[in-house]
Amino acid sequence: MITAIAILTILGITLGILLGAAASYLAVDANPLEQEIEQMLPGSQCGQCGFPGCSRAATALASGEADVTLCPPGGRNLAMDLATKLGVDADLSAMKDKAPMIARIHDELCIGCTKCFKRCPTDAIVGSSKQIHAVISDACTGCEKCFDICPTECIEMLPIPVTLQNWYWPKPAMAA
Amino acid sequence: MISVNAQKLFRIRGGVHPQENKHATAGCRIVDAPIAQRLYIPLQQHIGAPAEPIVRRGMKVLKGDLLANSQGVVSAPVHAPTSGTIHSIGKYPAPHPSGLPVLTITLEPDGEDKWMALPPENSDPLSLEPEAIAGQVAAAGIVGMGGATFPSAVKLNLRKRYRLHTLVINAAECEPYLTCDDQLMREQPDGIIEGIRLIMRALQVTKAIVAIEANKPEACSSMTKAAAAFDEITVMTVPVRYPMGSEKHLVQALTGKETPARALTADLGIVVHNVATANAVHNAVRYGKPLISRVVTVSGGAVNRPGNIHTLIGTPVADLIGLCGGFSEEPARIIGGGPMMGQPLPETRVPIVKGSGGILALTAQEVARKQAMPCIRCGSCVNACPCGLLPLEMASRARIGDFDAAVDFGLMDCISCGSCSYVCPSHIPLVQYFSHAKGALTEQQRRQHKQEEIRRLVEARTERMEALKKAKREAMEKRKKEIAAKKAAEKAAELEKRSQAGA
Repeated sequence: MITAIAILTILGITLGILLGAAASYLAVDANPLEQEIEQMLPGSQCGQCGFPGCSRAATALASGEADVTLCPPGGRNLAMDLATKLGVDADLSAMKDKAPMIARIHDELCIGCTKCFKRCPTDAIVGSSKQIHAVISDACTGCEKCFDICPTECIEMLPIPVTLQNWYWPKPAMAA
Repeated sequence: MISVNAQKLFRIRGGVHPQENKHATAGCRIVDAPIAQRLYIPLQQHIGAPAEPIVRRGMKVLKGDLLANSQGVVSAPVHAPTSGTIHSIGKYPAPHPSGLPVLTITLEPDGEDKWMALPPENSDPLSLEPEAIAGQVAAAGIVGMGGATFPSAVKLNLRKRYRLHTLVINAAECEPYLTCDDQLMREQPDGIIEGIRLIMRALQVTKAIVAIEANKPEACSSMTKAAAAFDEITVMTVPVRYPMGSEKHLVQALTGKETPARALTADLGIVVHNVATANAVHNAVRYGKPLISRVVTVSGGAVNRPGNIHTLIGTPVADLIGLCGGFSEEPARIIGGGPMMGQPLPETRVPIVKGSGGILALTAQEVARKQAMPCIRCGSCVNACPCGLLPLEMASRARIGDFDAAVDFGLMDCISCGSCSYVCPSHIPLVQYFSHAKGALTEQQRRQHKQEEIRRLVEARTERMEALKKAKREAMEKRKKEIAAKKAAEKAAELEKRSQAGA
């Protein structure tokens, strides 16, 4: 009886120490670069880059497996920032020169199924069951999650409309 | 001419002497324009948040009725310029180079031009409290009428945050062609002087300087005469040099003090208001009339009979040009404001707004647009820049899209006066580069801001989802426990039954 208790106690203590040592020895350092990159990404986990979320995309970027142009909502600016961060040349020509888009719901087609607003990562869609939904354009990242799910295809992706608030002079045409 | 300069003036850096071309309208008496068929009143005629309409389609309004309320601190209300019916509230082209539509109230005048119930004339407006003056100015929708269109009431409340001592009335009118302020000073000096005294009272300052460029001797003598009774108001002539009417440069010319970069003249204890604004303040505080009309100079080589016109806000530009005899030839460009800082107008159906001081229809010869050539680094722009910047360096950075480098060269201190573009022998559109760069930077900031806000939203959502999940899990566990407890109770009851039966 006492032998059994002693053996088990010793076994427990030894294994505990071993596990503790292994935990500190074999610890995986979170790459600080990854964290910094993750901070730069939009953080909406939209998955347009093909990775399951922004943190995985950041891991891929830090290890050089992914291209800096991977993030459509971030656009050119983000690609350039990432390129500076990682010290690589951004090949922006490969990047689709797509203007940032936002979703718009055509209310005559909306059936109020709530599928889109449940999926929206930024809570940019408001509505409730059997009520017409609407997009808050200031909060929309253009991730297209709602666009893909809508059963009546009533969501359209539109470029951000130009208004007096965001219009500015174009660059002069002729190079000086 | 009466000698008016008792004080010493100071030199300002740079500047240019463009051809004045004021002769076409100088001395043209202000004529009242007839009421247009339809008035288009944009809800954003000022810097800040657009006004919120309080009228509906088909409603009848009287002259001076409130059409749209101001939204927030930096905003201004909009009033009905005449009596009539609200025809619609919708999008209409803005008097803006982009020609983009902006929310606009369309008013169909009934021709009676009947005022709303005006308060009785305040015969002693100067006895009002400073807050009351600022409040009436805010309610009258008065904005800076020199073109900047910053809500004036906000500037009247500056005394709460700064120690002020001087009011400067900007009557330099340094832009070529424009004579509307000149003419206003010649014809209505007493109203302006009362406006100045009201602004002084609102700001609680003891001194006011009316600064007029030396090319307006008539306005100067008229103002001096009107101001003679008031020791605290000095009329001063300043040398003719563009951009003398830039508020920071005007203050420097008058006091020798330079406003620090990105600071306000209020940091020096000085507030600058435009002369037409002073007149509007007089009308608002003495007669209770909101800002619904202004004097506009219609000029340029392509206009048959240039003149100064007192017109209702919302009158289409085409109507004013028609009133001035139409075009003598096809204009090469139509400009809202002066030729140096004004903005090209895409079409003539756009309306006159609170900030429109001029409508210029320029001939091809006047525009003299030439092909831009490479920069030869002659440094003319550096000599001309009144802010002491290096326009050539800023433009070369802006051209390759390196906006941060342009900022390092002082892009944010540029006042877009156009002196550099004016002197450039290579005809490089320098100011357009700067406007482009400033716009692109603002856009970047906006995007950055959006990104941050979205991050916040995502975090809030994740948190909420976690909380929901947790609540669900807890509910589930609770139910499980309940079921288990129920089962246990049932079992116990059965056991008891059995044991009772056994017994």
